[in-house]
Amino acid sequence: MQLKAAQRIRRRSEVQLIGASIRRDALTMAGFAIILLFVFVAIFAPFLAPYPNEGAGEPNPPNKFLPPSYAHPFGTDYLGRDVLSRVILGSQVSLVVAVVVIALAILIGTPLGAVAGYFGGKVDEVIMRVTDVFLSFPSLLLAIILLATLGPGLTNAMISLSLTWWPWYTRLMRAQALSLRERAYVDAAKVIGVSNLWILLRHVLPNAITPVLVQGTMDMSSAILAEAGLSFIGLGAQAPSPEWGLMVSTGRIYILNFWWFPTFPGLAIFAVAVAFNLLGDGLREILDPKTRRFVQQ
Amino acid sequence: MQSGLAKYAARRLVLALFVLLAVVTFTFIVARVVPSDPAELYVGPKATAAQRERAQLELGLNRPLYVQYFDYLRGLLTGNWGISLKGHTSVLRDILTYLPATLEIIILANVIAVLVGIPLGVYSAVKKGSLLDQGGRLTAIAGVSIPSFWFALLLQLLFFGTLHILPLEGRLSVIVAIYYPVKTITGFYTLDSLLTLNFVGFVDSLRHLILPAIALATYPIGLITRMTRSMMIEVLRENYIRFARANGIIERVIIFKHALKNAIVPTLTVLGLSFAYSITGAVLIEIIFGWPGLGTYTLNAIIEADYPAILGVTIFGTIFYIVINLTLDIAQSYIDPRVRLT
Repeated sequence: MQLKAAQRIRRRSEVQLIGASIRRDALTMAGFAIILLFVFVAIFAPFLAPYPNEGAGEPNPPNKFLPPSYAHPFGTDYLGRDVLSRVILGSQVSLVVAVVVIALAILIGTPLGAVAGYFGGKVDEVIMRVTDVFLSFPSLLLAIILLATLGPGLTNAMISLSLTWWPWYTRLMRAQALSLRERAYVDAAKVIGVSNLWILLRHVLPNAITPVLVQGTMDMSSAILAEAGLSFIGLGAQAPSPEWGLMVSTGRIYILNFWWFPTFPGLAIFAVAVAFNLLGDGLREILDPKTRRFVQQ
Repeated sequence: MQSGLAKYAARRLVLALFVLLAVVTFTFIVARVVPSDPAELYVGPKATAAQRERAQLELGLNRPLYVQYFDYLRGLLTGNWGISLKGHTSVLRDILTYLPATLEIIILANVIAVLVGIPLGVYSAVKKGSLLDQGGRLTAIAGVSIPSFWFALLLQLLFFGTLHILPLEGRLSVIVAIYYPVKTITGFYTLDSLLTLNFVGFVDSLRHLILPAIALATYPIGLITRMTRSMMIEVLRENYIRFARANGIIERVIIFKHALKNAIVPTLTVLGLSFAYSITGAVLIEIIFGWPGLGTYTLNAIIEADYPAILGVTIFGTIFYIVINLTLDIAQSYIDPRVRLT
């Protein structure tokens, strides 16, 4: 009986264990809940927004600068558009930014890291020196320079952010690959003549990807903040996009007279960034081997 | 051990030079890929073809790209960083003119961050799980999550719009600038006004500094609080701390002398990160406060596609970043010899 129970416990996957510890921590749970809400709002934005056309950018001049009221809970902006609807539609932009920037950076970074860690030697040396260069340089400055060349716009902003972000994943993946290549199953695969490429794809990548994905989740808040910053200085999303940073930027000069216009979009950025950081902090504590034993109790 | 330190410093210096060369090369290529014609920007839209040709000659644009590149490298070493296309002024002199205004906010912001972040991190760790610790954790998370440009607007709304106790923007009030002008010596208004015993100017420039510095300090506060807290928690679990406690050493001495001294080392690295963030963060903050610093200069250069200025600012930012990180790394390895081995 006892043996069966033990087996059942062992069969609980890592994901379930992480899930259980997330549920135990109120702050982490709160972060997770806000993220779920954010994703839900982003997916159903056109149906949730009270004035979807205004949210997408259609002006309504007679209504301009209306303070928050029942009809317009977040007020209206300088073109009479409902700020709540704009914020709701803006969630789509931020979700796309977070996912695309991080996914692209992971796609560039992890293969390089896997190759560097698995093969070692000269290849490793070259790849690592390149990441050193990228990491010894303020990355947002690099993104700004790239944007100055590529020209402003949301797509270009996402590309430049990914191009400055990948070295972090290369480092992380390399560390994983370094330890994995010493494993018995990798040796076994080599002995029976499996090609290096196949070993990398079949044995190294799948076993190393979890920490990379966790790091990616944590980095989403930075991606959203960085892109909002770029849009704020006019290099990211362009009008009439309901991008949050851009809305704060256009509303900036009205802060003293019509505070609601720049305030609510900024609050949205803040809330989403806090949520990703709360979840990230919780995950880090759970996955840290030093505090790990608390998870399994 | 001293030779170990020298060896470590030398290795880091070589890497830093390598990084710098790579960044210069990379930005040079990126800046020259720009489709717009630098000579045309230099002479303006109304110039004749002959004027444009003369500008090309003057800027050396008719020579092969690699010659221009090596010329540029030589110029960097000799202090000739090129001529700005818009103002026709020396880029290096421009940067040095705009720099003090930016440094003034960056330094004050990081001082605030250290003064708030380290005590908050320490007390959070010591009273782990308490209400104060929850507050510390939330401050850390809010700090790294808040969009600084948005927070700056809220600060303006509260301290200028509602309370009327701090100025909205700029470095000096108009009245003060007329009756008590700050004579430029170093370019730091607070320092210059003190040197010339202009106390009205000092108070006024300090009042103008507060909001931008606080807005810029949010991210560094978050980083430093978070790092100090987690390092302190780790160190306080160590055996030598328990041993010190068993020996009856007062808790205050244990926390600040035995524990903090060990926990502070990684905080130094984070301080480097926070300075690096401040350089780019200043771009956002300077727009809001109409601050005539490097951020404003960079943004104007980008809007006007002024490539010598863009290159100059990038290289300057990189040097700034590398020097700070190098200094901190060497300081770290001096405090903690284990670092040299990695």
